[in-house]
Amino acid sequence: MSGDLAVRDLVVLYRDDDGSVATAVDHLDLDVATGEVVALLGPSGSGKSSLLRAVAGLEPAAAGRITWDGEDLAGVPAHRRGFGLMFQDGQLFGHRDVAGNVAFGLQMQRVPARERAERTRELLDLVGLAGFAHRAVSTLSGGERQRVALARSLAPRPRLLLLDEPLSALDRALRERLADEVREALVATGTTALFVTHDHDEAFAVADRIAVMDLGRLLQVDTPPRLWQSPATRRVAEFLGYEAFVADDGGPVARALAAGVARDGGGAPLLAVGPASLEVADDGPLVATVRAAGFRRGVVELAADVEGVGEVTLVERTAGRSGAGDLPRPGTSLRLRPVAGGVARVG
Amino acid sequence: MSAVAWPRPGRALPGRWRPGRAAAWGLAAAVPLAFLGVFFALPVVGLVARGFWTDGALDLSGFADVMSRPHTWRVIGITLGQATVGTAVAVVLGVPGAHLLYRTRFRGQGLLRGLVAVPFVLPTVVVGVAFRSVLGGNGPLAFLGWDGTFAGVVAALVFFNYTVVVRTVGAFWAGLDPRTEQAARALGASPARAFWSVTLPALAPGIASAASIVFLFCATAFGVVLVLGGVGYGTVETEIWVQTTQFLDLRAAAVLSVVQLVVVTAALWVAGHARRRREQALTRVPEAVPPLALRGPQAKAGDRWAAGVTGAVIVVLLGLPMASLVVRSLHTRDGWGLGNYAALDRRGFGLGASGWEAAATSLRVAVDATLIAVVVAGLVALIASRRPRTRGLRRAVGALDAVVMLPLGVSAVTVGFGILITLNRPFGLDLDLRASPMLLPIAQAVVAVPLVVRTVLPVLRAIDTRLHEAAAVLGASPFRVLRHVDWPVAARSLGLAVGLAFAVSLGEFGATSFLVRPESPTLPVLIYRLIGRPGADNLGTAMAASVLLAGLTAVVMALAERLRGTQGSDV
Repeated sequence: MSGDLAVRDLVVLYRDDDGSVATAVDHLDLDVATGEVVALLGPSGSGKSSLLRAVAGLEPAAAGRITWDGEDLAGVPAHRRGFGLMFQDGQLFGHRDVAGNVAFGLQMQRVPARERAERTRELLDLVGLAGFAHRAVSTLSGGERQRVALARSLAPRPRLLLLDEPLSALDRALRERLADEVREALVATGTTALFVTHDHDEAFAVADRIAVMDLGRLLQVDTPPRLWQSPATRRVAEFLGYEAFVADDGGPVARALAAGVARDGGGAPLLAVGPASLEVADDGPLVATVRAAGFRRGVVELAADVEGVGEVTLVERTAGRSGAGDLPRPGTSLRLRPVAGGVARVG
Repeated sequence: MSAVAWPRPGRALPGRWRPGRAAAWGLAAAVPLAFLGVFFALPVVGLVARGFWTDGALDLSGFADVMSRPHTWRVIGITLGQATVGTAVAVVLGVPGAHLLYRTRFRGQGLLRGLVAVPFVLPTVVVGVAFRSVLGGNGPLAFLGWDGTFAGVVAALVFFNYTVVVRTVGAFWAGLDPRTEQAARALGASPARAFWSVTLPALAPGIASAASIVFLFCATAFGVVLVLGGVGYGTVETEIWVQTTQFLDLRAAAVLSVVQLVVVTAALWVAGHARRRREQALTRVPEAVPPLALRGPQAKAGDRWAAGVTGAVIVVLLGLPMASLVVRSLHTRDGWGLGNYAALDRRGFGLGASGWEAAATSLRVAVDATLIAVVVAGLVALIASRRPRTRGLRRAVGALDAVVMLPLGVSAVTVGFGILITLNRPFGLDLDLRASPMLLPIAQAVVAVPLVVRTVLPVLRAIDTRLHEAAAVLGASPFRVLRHVDWPVAARSLGLAVGLAFAVSLGEFGATSFLVRPESPTLPVLIYRLIGRPGADNLGTAMAASVLLAGLTAVVMALAERLRGTQGSDV
């Protein structure tokens, strides 16, 4: 099934219970090509869920158009759009067992029972829940519920699958593992998908392209590596985790940092420095003072004040350290050099 | 790649307005509104208007006249006093019961919960007779001298409403996060201190909600007061009955109806307010309830208190009247035996029917009333559970929700008498509805609708909107969302709703006393006729008929609970 989603000049209003109206989506354009997985990345309240709900047909568009394969979807109710939607908390049907949940969409399409059972089994295999068919959904763990929800949304072969923060209710380890599994399931089924998240790692793990959204508008749409290496604006760079910005004025600090920019074509006036940008090197061109140090998962994290740059997080390997007493003390001086490809040029 | 072809979004209409859907919802709203309009609003307004409309002109002098009578103020005072004291006692006794039955666990708890619920569905006339058997004549508590007094009536009202407090507060309590209290304990509060300063304030919305409902029931109680209150003891409700049936003073009755409406509206407003706060406050915490701890090192003072108070309530307040009723029904002039039950076979002089015939009439009427009540209330609950997008529609839904609660508080006597006098030529049509055998079940359904709505609506409201959306996105049309998402969930509460409607109908007395045909009384009417007659035999037969009526109700409720149990697992 082929088709492309096109969103043109879309406006979605958000009505609060007290009747006040806010603009959730503000004259936004977006394209999703067949078979592509696009992540909508943005802070909470940026309007990404409203955009998703408008595409699903659950929220009316105040202005603009949403088309599928060139056909305007205005006035097409949610149940006739042929899109799938996966919620943050699954929203499984409590009165149906696992198989009953997965088969729901097929039942709505009046697929014959035998075919339904076969497809259900196939999907449960795909999400690693073979043998769970007759379990009550109330007995499932959070991760299992989300797998069932994924299988349920994939079962009717949606033309487009919309995922609304499907993993954010789960703990970190599970989230990371499931993000990869979701990617695999989407690729294996060739599903076109729009994936809403506020978690960068999730977006980078799942998507072919990432659309960064803020205040109802798209700031940048790009592939993960290009987004990481060339954020379009300082706001995008900040949202991605870049901490300090240095004007590319030809000075010594700027020249030293520019060595860390991958594929540097020059031109953009701002260099962005983040946690993965600098490393300790005795002959490094940059000078820094340690402000604080602490252990993280597998690494030591230092907050350092880099001369001419500002406060930046440094990540070092834990190996060789015996304990908290062995960490660099605040006030210690360090020399740093940029990591190849670790510095971004903004603009 | 796809085996399933997606239907092309063909019959799509531009914009959001879909006439078919709008018409369907309009019809769903029209049925209950028309029903309540014709069989509730019209009779009540008609009756009240008749009191204020003399010689073709509006005449409000009745107000000044009736309100200047000292007797009126006495009646209002008694009504408010009785409702206030009854509510207070029910709350004080009910809160420990809620703790015991909903915040601890022990063997036999389910049975106890069921037992405690029995009084609420008992016919009011039966409750009255049961308390007379305890307090009056040679009853076990006759020495208190409470027969025919304020205290006796209040005791019966508490008996009747205890379970309302236990259930409402208990359900609320079960949803409270116990960690707040644990945090208070960790900060150094004693168990008692933690209860008074943390748990009780948190329970306030639940208690307020229960109290306002109980107040409503107490203020409009009819059968209990009529049977127990004796001569000279009157509330607004019984006074309306006396004024209409004995003195034929419609003006006074109309004024009193308005007074009652004001009291009821105030109580409903408080109830609605508390309910909103409760729905906001409720965050469900699936945490294991601790076992009851009465002895040993784990013993809790709170549990002991709760068990002691609840034990006493169950034995003295709930158990004694029921036991006494059964015992006295087995006592005849010639000693112990089934003579009173045998007398149910006989048609006493002027009674119109035998006990068995009356029971059959009651059951027949109850089936019809239940059917009507469940359909009307089901539609109301369905509409009231929707959350429309536009503000106007949302307000309309809220208004519907409030309006259908009115029959709960408007005197059933007013409804019954109103139906009797307004439906002889409704809307000027040459049609006498009073002759219709459906009038009685319809009137009883009017009384039952609010209770059924209150049973089904919370269940429907608890369904997450996103569950509807999930179904819609999976391809379910609005109708199929109702069929596959709402219906399976609502069906679980349907058993209870049916049982409740049936029980209300079986026990209904206020409206029934006006609308029943003299030659075919229902069981409560027959019981009232029997106790109004002199002679120990008649009283004995009334006791036996009361046991029969209570038994019928209990069987119906037990079946309803079973029906609920077989419908799928818990959410």
